[in-house]
Amino acid sequence: MEFFTKKSDQLLTSTEAEPSQKMQRRQFLRYAGAGTAAVGLLAAEACKKDRNSYTGVYLGSGDIGILNYAYALEQLEAAFYTQVVANASFKTAFSTSEQGLLTDIRDHEVAHREFFKAALGANAIASLQVNFSSINFGDRANVLATAKAFEDLGVSAYNGAGYLIKSADYLTFAGKIVSVEARHAAYIRDLITPNSFVAMDVVNVSVNGLEYDKTPQQVLAVASTYITTKINADDLPTS
Amino acid sequence: MDLLNIIEEIEKVDPEFQDKISPRRSAIKNMTSFGSKVAVAALPFALGSLFKKAYAQQSTTDVVAVLNYALKLEFLESNFYNAGLGNTALVALGSSTEIAGLKLIQTDENNHVTFLTNTIKSLGGTPVSFTAANFDFTAKGTFPTVFTSFDTFLAVASTFEDTGVRAYKGQAPNLLRNKTVLTAALDIHSVEARHASHLRMMRRARTATTLKPWITGANDTGIAAVAATYAGEDNVTQGPVTITSLAGVSGNVSTTAATEAFDEPLTMAQVVTIVTPFFK
Repeated sequence: MEFFTKKSDQLLTSTEAEPSQKMQRRQFLRYAGAGTAAVGLLAAEACKKDRNSYTGVYLGSGDIGILNYAYALEQLEAAFYTQVVANASFKTAFSTSEQGLLTDIRDHEVAHREFFKAALGANAIASLQVNFSSINFGDRANVLATAKAFEDLGVSAYNGAGYLIKSADYLTFAGKIVSVEARHAAYIRDLITPNSFVAMDVVNVSVNGLEYDKTPQQVLAVASTYITTKINADDLPTS
Repeated sequence: MDLLNIIEEIEKVDPEFQDKISPRRSAIKNMTSFGSKVAVAALPFALGSLFKKAYAQQSTTDVVAVLNYALKLEFLESNFYNAGLGNTALVALGSSTEIAGLKLIQTDENNHVTFLTNTIKSLGGTPVSFTAANFDFTAKGTFPTVFTSFDTFLAVASTFEDTGVRAYKGQAPNLLRNKTVLTAALDIHSVEARHASHLRMMRRARTATTLKPWITGANDTGIAAVAATYAGEDNVTQGPVTITSLAGVSGNVSTTAATEAFDEPLTMAQVVTIVTPFFK
């Protein structure tokens, strides 16, 4: 649990903390009557203890929380495709064209992951531990089914969290990424079953042509199957 | 002028103020970079725009304007597929699998028209409306074979979808925090991206090009006439982050991957310029 200790330190020392976090802390300090540095330190210790009641990584609140949520999903995807491409069966299970495009997807997910890490700076959650033991990386069908699940999940996650973002700039970043995830999803789906790129399990075909979106809670419940690190999303915005 | 004190003062009456102007830092940064160009006396105006941003919900008029813009593009797309798939000679040029895929897209686009029309009405707005007679899918002669060559049809379809993705993306900030409308727009945006991906793979399969489901650099289509649809897609800088400076799997993220991994928005003006030739 080393990173989670690191997280609680980071939360207290971060200079880029979300305004809402700072507010809470400021109010707490006022409440604690923290007029001197010494009392301030005590208060910080109290805060730390409070944060220690969290288990696993803490996504944070406000926009930072949502960006960390996206960062968590990109970590999962990047880790998955990195293993797919590195697997000994990759060159036999997939055609040259497919290998090229799947390698592209790996590179996109790594770029997304590194982008969030860089953009979040000191607020970034630690690297998550993944568990892919249920995936047979040597099996084409299994790899594609997992890829499909991850890509569809990613799209529904960005779509469902968009309105929770307060900054227009961050919303645009999410928008720039989600359509690329949707391109991945459509490609992977068509590899599994031709013309399943907008099938009725992802698009409300019979009513309005809208893709189904998911809340962070719905998404994390699915993602947690593959992420060993416990993710604390308690303070993500809900409206 | 002590800006930080002003914000502290506002906090006393509105504890959520800092949340409202989040990300405060970048807002203030923008203001100070303003300040370096604009006289200090002008700063109150910059402050005014910050407050407007913090407190103004989008007006219904503004939301309806965005939705009508989207609806116009959906009419363009739906009429395009309706015309193409209603043309038996054109349909005969495609395989049954290809036609089946196009019909799925046609269904989505017609659903989008209905959905946006109803949404605008429910907001008390007046939806725009177009019929087949309003369109010239040759774009004033730029694509004379649009309904006689299956490949030209796919190329134009592909352009429409990629433009649609960029158009919705460009409007997202105008719907910021609007749970119903922004979420619906995003749910359409990703469907357009799925269409775009599928059409690009259709073109790749038919013409054995290197075209990918995602957009590589500025205009990877091989069609000079659609360059405006892809302008700026070669961007490798996202906010403060230069993507090509980030660590990739071996060495830094390549320029190719950096451009592919992020789709870029288009402004309403850019999109209008692109689609105007398709309207009579």
